[in-house]
Amino acid sequence: MTLEAAVRVRRDGFTLDVTVSVAAGETVAVLGPNGAGKTTLLRALAGLDDMEGRVTLDGEVLDDTDRGVHVPAERRHAGLVFQDHILFPHLSVLENVAFGLRARGKPHARAAARRWLDDAGLGDRAEALPRALSGGQAQRIALLRALATEPKLLLLDEPLSSLDVSIRAEVRRELTRQLASFNGVRLLVTHDPLEAMALADRLVVLERGEVVQSGKPEEVTARPRSRFVADLAGVNLLRGHAHGDHVTVAGNEALAAAGAGEGDVFAVIHPRAVALYRTRPDGTPRNVWYGHVDSVDAYGDRVRVRVVGPVPLVAEVTRAAVQELGLAAGADVWMVVKATEVSAYPA
Amino acid sequence: MSRTRSRVPVLIGALAALGLLLFLLPLAGLIVRAPWNQTLAELTDPTTTTALGLSIFCSLTATAIALVLGVPLAMILARTHGTLRNILRALTTLPMVLPPVVGGVALLLAFGRRGLVGSLLYQWFGIQIPFTTAAAVMAETFVAMPFLVIAVEAGLRSLDHRYEEAARSLGAGYWRVLTRVTLPLLRPAIFSGAVLCWARALGEFGATITFAGNFPGRTQTVPIAVYLALETKPEAAITLSLILLVVSVAILVGLRDRWLGV
Repeated sequence: MTLEAAVRVRRDGFTLDVTVSVAAGETVAVLGPNGAGKTTLLRALAGLDDMEGRVTLDGEVLDDTDRGVHVPAERRHAGLVFQDHILFPHLSVLENVAFGLRARGKPHARAAARRWLDDAGLGDRAEALPRALSGGQAQRIALLRALATEPKLLLLDEPLSSLDVSIRAEVRRELTRQLASFNGVRLLVTHDPLEAMALADRLVVLERGEVVQSGKPEEVTARPRSRFVADLAGVNLLRGHAHGDHVTVAGNEALAAAGAGEGDVFAVIHPRAVALYRTRPDGTPRNVWYGHVDSVDAYGDRVRVRVVGPVPLVAEVTRAAVQELGLAAGADVWMVVKATEVSAYPA
Repeated sequence: MSRTRSRVPVLIGALAALGLLLFLLPLAGLIVRAPWNQTLAELTDPTTTTALGLSIFCSLTATAIALVLGVPLAMILARTHGTLRNILRALTTLPMVLPPVVGGVALLLAFGRRGLVGSLLYQWFGIQIPFTTAAAVMAETFVAMPFLVIAVEAGLRSLDHRYEEAARSLGAGYWRVLTRVTLPLLRPAIFSGAVLCWARALGEFGATITFAGNFPGRTQTVPIAVYLALETKPEAAITLSLILLVVSVAILVGLRDRWLGV
């Protein structure tokens, strides 16, 4: 059982054009900044919005614009979990979970719903109204409501982001457990890298309506192909043209990078590999750039110093170094990066 | 930092007080002049009870019709946009601003014996609507239904449509979504709209007397009875007015949190 989707949605100035394939038993996270088109993709897959392209699930064609096929949302067997749970406020928890069972004509809907609640350890909340639930409980029940209909495809829209940070870890563990016991196709969209890394086997990075990168989480963060991924991995990302051991980046600055190869490349520099000096260090064949400190942010005993200049970089140094060098916004600095610390790979 | 409320000029205060008096004095007049010792006798007078019974019957029927026709109308209105919406909205809300007498004349011209539709009804089925109880109900529905439509449309527009989408993704078709999700979520809007509609129907005078006339037991509702009793039996008029006043206040108090924002 797999989901094969080629989805195009055009809407005033924005185009979403995504091809994605998800196998059963695999959790894929579509990760991207706000406005990347994540929710648009999810709604198209759920059958709620018009789209162009072709979607098949377990061999069944759900959408095919060329052949004029569109299976409406209610006949898709696609469970959808919204960001802020969207439990029916006028129905009890039990009736919320039983809703889908009744809609699909399953007998003994109430008894089945009660079993789902009992199995999840939420049996004591069966008669409660959604407004009496905590955020974590509500989100878990929203997931149960979707799972109870035994969908072939489970779609999750930022399942944790509406929750309080203090309970997120707990709900995330619970979610991981429930996702693991669901045999269908699992697709979640999120802007939160932590959520994506924790829940997904594979990431699809979406930016401005297009897939910019996909792969296992560790592969994606090791070789970022966009500013968004570089930021979430906490590394500096430069794009340029390689020739031998050099990369020419924006502003015609040359960057020494061991074994950069030929052609367009991405160059990644870890902030810890950026050394800072107040005076120009003596000239060994290294990367040396001049710049101004833009901001200084402390994280524990490490401090991230954002430097603007011909080659803008973030450096990560110790508190002691910040004091010693007198680093503050506006200070002039020299940045030094060893050629061996620059990793370049084809763009 | 301390904040003092800016002072209101005396002129504004005086004009506001005058405005308030305009509302208060007639109420005071009604209460002071009420024949409290005869109230019970007036209430059990056949003219009064007949008018009251007819008023309650007509206004409830009008509200029921408004629910059956007005909720679908609000659903269509809430889905339309642009020029079509403006036209539909203007048509449905016209009775709210139209002088009720004009509404009554218009109803006569449409459903009267020589009216647009009325002539056909009379020719084909021998049905005459004007000056019957049905006419009183129609006049009240005509004037009061917009209140329901407006309330339900506002409720629909502020509804979070993701509830309906969640229901669809759970396998619910159109009618199940409508009856199990949309209408239950709209209940407060439908309820307050229906109460306002009923109150307006209960007080209807102009369109009713024009289109349905003044026939005790058939079309003579409380407001019409009040108007006519004022000449012959002022005590009865005052008692009936008090009843309408009490109903209005009860509705105002009952709805203050729901819709009127008082």
